[in-house]
Amino acid sequence: MEVSTWSPARSQSDGKGSKDELIVTFDKGRTARILILPALFDEANKLRRFTLTVMRALDEMGIDSALPDWPGCNESLAALEAQTLEGWRADALQAAQSFGATHCLSIRAGALLAPTQLSGWQYAPLDGPKLLSAMLRARMIAAREAGQSETREDLLERGRAEGLTLAGWPLGAPLVRALESAALNAAPAQTVIDQSAVGGAGLWLRAEPDENTDQATALAQIVAQDLAGQTGEEA
Amino acid sequence: MSSKPIVSNAFAADTATDTPLRVVSADTATASTEERLKSILSDVLGLDADDAQSLTLDSGLFGHLPELDSMAVAGLLTEIEDRFDIVIEDDDVDGEMLETFGGLLAFVEARMSPDVSAIASDQG
Repeated sequence: MEVSTWSPARSQSDGKGSKDELIVTFDKGRTARILILPALFDEANKLRRFTLTVMRALDEMGIDSALPDWPGCNESLAALEAQTLEGWRADALQAAQSFGATHCLSIRAGALLAPTQLSGWQYAPLDGPKLLSAMLRARMIAAREAGQSETREDLLERGRAEGLTLAGWPLGAPLVRALESAALNAAPAQTVIDQSAVGGAGLWLRAEPDENTDQATALAQIVAQDLAGQTGEEA
Repeated sequence: MSSKPIVSNAFAADTATDTPLRVVSADTATASTEERLKSILSDVLGLDADDAQSLTLDSGLFGHLPELDSMAVAGLLTEIEDRFDIVIEDDDVDGEMLETFGGLLAFVEARMSPDVSAIASDQG
């Protein structure tokens, strides 16, 4: 495993992009190279260890992988509120090209960023409206607990106009607007892997981050077997 | 309503196998609403089968468990919507509903679709 940096796609002049972001790679120059598109926001934290465990398992199965940070996420110096869905999609494509990815594996709402040009897999994909809805609900529950009353309609109206902080994540207006209608990519070459295929309950549900080696290994095995099948067909 | 497990292995079987999350009809036939709700709470709180079965109607939830913050509750409600195939309106979400396991269970039972309730009462 190596931690290095990569350069996202966007120009630096508007202050929205970033020069360097971190990237975790398992890179031994092998044939199969998978770009990992991590879950977003709260789920990104809850699934971080799971995601790395999947990558370790893929490495043991002879598959390279790369997990980039997007601008505004994790260690990034760029502001989250300046990020857009389109910007992240361009970054994802750039990351795929610079890593030389042959496939992509998205996790939950990471599917919203997956380059449609790449074949691969979407693990338990989550669309924009559902992602946004859960975050709005969290904000309303917290507000109620604090003795305030906020409605979904008022919050969304404000979010569309000036951005909104949801569950601690400051989202800019363009990102709120994009998430409201962000459907899952109809990428025919990307296979959806349901949680039922991995077994047990998804770790994004956990109130506190947890890990599960069995689930991570199961997901990596599905990917590896699928890859072996594709290689067999080509041969 | 008893808080004792009806079938002691029902919970373990539900979570340990690769039972699809969204096959509501199969769940309905084999486990009570209480068992199914315990299963979801176990997935959120990371409880094992024994811990889950020790949940009673009086067990405190939101405001009693520090790890059950607003984001975790939002995820819990979304999962309840998916697995029970019900809609939880924003106005439904209040302190009483979220404070105890019994409060949450009463809400879910009230929200189950009328035809399912009718079948259940016919059987009872």
